[in-house]
Amino acid sequence: MALDFHQYYPLRKGRTHEVFGPGAISFAFSLAGQIGGSVFWIRESWQLGQINPAGFSQYIDPSDLLLVNSKDQTEVLAAAEETLRSGVVALAVVELSKPLGLTAGRRLQLAAKAGKTTGLCIVADGMGSNAAETRWQCTSVFDPADSTLQRWKLTKNKSGTLTAWDVRWNAEARRIIVVSQAGQRPVSQGATR
Amino acid sequence: MRPVDAPFALTHRQNNTERIYCLNDIATQHGLHRGMGYADARAFCPDLQSHPADTPADQMFLQTLVRWAKQYCPWVGPEGTDGLVMDVTGSTHLFGSEAALLQDIHLRLTRAGLLVRSGLADTRGAAWALAHYGEGIAAPGQPLKAIGDLSVAALRLDEKPTIALQRLGVRTIADLSALPRATITRRFDTGVLLRLDQALGAQPESISPLQDPPKYQMRLSLPEPIGLTQDVMAGTARLLDQLCDRLKMREMGARVLELTLRRVDQVSQVVELRLARPMHSPARILPLFEQGISAVDACFGIDQLRLVALQVEPLPAQQITHRQDAPPAKLDDLITRIGNRIGLDNVQRFLPADSHIPERSYIIASAAWSDPGGPWVSLRQRPLRLFAPEPIYGTGRHPPKQLRWRRMTLTVGHSTGPERIAPEWWLPDENWRLGVRDYWKVETKQGWRLWLFYTPQNPGWFVQGEFA
Repeated sequence: MALDFHQYYPLRKGRTHEVFGPGAISFAFSLAGQIGGSVFWIRESWQLGQINPAGFSQYIDPSDLLLVNSKDQTEVLAAAEETLRSGVVALAVVELSKPLGLTAGRRLQLAAKAGKTTGLCIVADGMGSNAAETRWQCTSVFDPADSTLQRWKLTKNKSGTLTAWDVRWNAEARRIIVVSQAGQRPVSQGATR
Repeated sequence: MRPVDAPFALTHRQNNTERIYCLNDIATQHGLHRGMGYADARAFCPDLQSHPADTPADQMFLQTLVRWAKQYCPWVGPEGTDGLVMDVTGSTHLFGSEAALLQDIHLRLTRAGLLVRSGLADTRGAAWALAHYGEGIAAPGQPLKAIGDLSVAALRLDEKPTIALQRLGVRTIADLSALPRATITRRFDTGVLLRLDQALGAQPESISPLQDPPKYQMRLSLPEPIGLTQDVMAGTARLLDQLCDRLKMREMGARVLELTLRRVDQVSQVVELRLARPMHSPARILPLFEQGISAVDACFGIDQLRLVALQVEPLPAQQITHRQDAPPAKLDDLITRIGNRIGLDNVQRFLPADSHIPERSYIIASAAWSDPGGPWVSLRQRPLRLFAPEPIYGTGRHPPKQLRWRRMTLTVGHSTGPERIAPEWWLPDENWRLGVRDYWKVETKQGWRLWLFYTPQNPGWFVQGEFA
């Protein structure tokens, strides 16, 4: 049975969440695809690597995404706060390079609450702020039969327990599907779809 | 282009033949004239040098000259493609006399490298005749005396009546004006008499001066200085209402606005607002000013506000239909607010591009100056993140079993490929100088899914992207 992850366990709206790990950007894009609407992608302009519209067009329409390039983290946070507070966009994704202080994290949280917008900070390992609603660790899991298998693990949750899910991207249905834990699933899981 | 001491002509394509548009004195001495076929001209004068004419640039230059000539009198307009007409009535005394005015014009234009001919008379027609067929100043009240000896062609007639008149033996303007009027009208149409009357002053003729471009600026001077943010906002609102009325009347929208606040101590503070879309709605623009105005240091108070639309764009009224989505006004306002903080060009969007090179399959454009682009087609799975190729150690055509990337040792579990992508030879690209690339999607046991490529022409392995 295919269980749609974002319906089964939706992220709380009007809050900021955090995600880290190798699978962070696919987490962000699948969330954007689930929420729908326009997305602001806020990052520092010096950062190497560029999100590739040909790659994420399977999750969201690239014309819905606007890129905000800022000079430093202060400007990133200012732009993020402005975006979250305005309530115009569906999701604001913020790429952070430095640890986020409690004050800054709380300000983002308040802005998200005021604008009823979901915020998602992509942070490095162990750099999250305590103000975040949830924090996710996303890692890709090797499976010879399935090239999209990931393990999404809650490492912080303000209103619930910490759990982990094995999920995969279903390209036909364009959604994230929860699969059973390794060891409980048949070997040919990916092949049969 | 430098001046040449040889026959020289500018050519212009007209009625499917190259014709001479303009020529220098030496070429005229060789028997060439304007409007002559270029092939004929080459036959007359084999060493003729030529260049295609740039008529739009000529027009622009003429507009510049019109603006320049406004220093002599307010009524200046272009005359044909190569002249100016000025109504200097009442402004000659500023330069001493009519002759002094003309001399000043000649002096300045000659210094600028132009060849000038001028005529000054009571009527526009007589002045034209003098400028083209004789030179000088006609005494007031006697236009016939000044232009009577000139050829009938000086009456701005078409080619056909001019030739017909000359065949009849009517060579000068004095001859023409001596003829009974009825006979002229019978033989030619009324055009000839109209031109004659215009030259002699019997028919009025006006000049149409070039209109000044509209100015979008407003000013508010205050009897007492103000300092509170809400007061300044109220003043700005008042200016903005007037400015937007003016913009709406001409169906224009402001792109860049500048609010100058002059303080009592004569120091000016400038608040610049760059808008993501051209706008002329005061209710939408005013809140966007809040951020800039709150940062202004009022010191002892502000006693003058000046609002200028530095950049305007056409913004025609649009019919709202039931099919059309409401314009994303709030999103544009958000782009404006963020853009004024970090620079409007830093808010960008992706546009599709027609290229199979991964890093050129999209264009990044400023969101304020572009509209969302067409459909996105991706035939094959592409990585979510692309970066500049990072070399890794590896040999052979197949991906290495172990690879070291970003200080991590990764074991390859599964690889898909190759997908060969050839460089676009018609565009020189430094990044593709290693030749064709064989792309592989590599899944590592550690979880990283990478996009590797191998360059068979110059063996080497690189990592260029990462999948989720």
